[in-house]
Amino acid sequence: MSGRQKPYFGILVFPGTNCETDCYHVLKNLLKVDCKYIWHKEKRDDDINAIIIPGGFSYGDYLRSGAVAKFSPIMSFVRDFAQNGGLVIGICNGFQILLEGNLLPGAMLRNDTLKFICKYVNLKVEDINNPFASGYRKDEIINMPIRHNEGNYYINNDGLKSLKKNNQILLRYCDENGIINENTNPNGSVENIAGICNKERNVFGLMPHPEACCEELLGSDNGLKMFKSMVSFIS
Amino acid sequence: MLKVNVYITLKKEILDAQGLVIKKAIKQIGYENVKEVRFGKFIQMEIDDNGKSEDEIKKEIEYLSDKLLANPNIENYKYEIVRN
Repeated sequence: MSGRQKPYFGILVFPGTNCETDCYHVLKNLLKVDCKYIWHKEKRDDDINAIIIPGGFSYGDYLRSGAVAKFSPIMSFVRDFAQNGGLVIGICNGFQILLEGNLLPGAMLRNDTLKFICKYVNLKVEDINNPFASGYRKDEIINMPIRHNEGNYYINNDGLKSLKKNNQILLRYCDENGIINENTNPNGSVENIAGICNKERNVFGLMPHPEACCEELLGSDNGLKMFKSMVSFIS
Repeated sequence: MLKVNVYITLKKEILDAQGLVIKKAIKQIGYENVKEVRFGKFIQMEIDDNGKSEDEIKKEIEYLSDKLLANPNIENYKYEIVRN
C-alpha cells in the first residue's frame, strides 16, 4: 500500500462504467481531494490509498452484473489492496462486482418487481463503526437515489447470521420514520439490506448512489458524509 | 470438436420472479396444468478436446461454470456433452 499521508482516491473505470465522473467531481471539486481514474486494464497503482468502484453497466451487464468485470486485470490488485487493509467502496455496479469477485458475501438477483428502479429512497444507517459511515449518527435516516435492475440482495441464512453477528449491515431500506418492512423494501433484498461491509470493515458495497447526492442543488447532500468519512479515515 | 450445453437456473430456495411471471402468462393463455416454471440461461460452447479425456473435459466445464458461467451462491447448473 501507499505510504502517502494525504488521501488519494483511485476511481476504477470498466467498459460501461458511467458514474465515475460524479465520484471524481465530489472528491476533486467539493472535497478538494486528489483522485484519478484507473482503467481496468491497469495491473496496479501505487499512488492511491482508497479505491472507488463506481456504478454503471460494466460489460453491458452481460451474463450477470459484475460477472465479467471481476476478471479484469485491475481486480487482482483490488483484492491485494483490500487484503492489506486498503479502503474499497463499490457503488451499485461496483457492489455487484465486489459480490461477484467474492470480496463481499452474497449475490444480486433481479429486482423482485422485475422493473428497473430509479428513485430516491430512505435508508437507515445501522452501523457507524466503520470508515464509510462514521460521519453519520447511528440510526440516522438518510435520503439517497437508487437506480438499478439487479439490486435484490441475496444471502443464505448462515451468511445472514454472520453479517448480523459481525455488524456488517451498514444500510437498510426504510421509510422516512425508519420503519423497515416489506413495504419499504424497493427490490426484494433480504432484510431490506442496501449496503454491507466485510468482516474487516475496509470493503463496503451499497446499491444507493452517494455520489449523486452530495449537493443540495441536486435534491440532497446526504451522500457527502460518506465521502467525508472515508477522507477523514485516511487523512 | 465437442458441443457442450450448459443449463443454468436459480436455486430452488430462491424466488424466481421471472419464472412466476411466465407461469402467470401461461395460465392466462388457458393452460392451468402448468404447475411450475423456472427461468434460466442456456449457454452453448464448442470445445476442442485436443485428445483430452472425458474426465478432463468435464473438469474444465465445471471449473468454467463455477467461476464464470454460474454464480454458485444463487444458481445451479447442469451440462451435457454432445459429440459430433
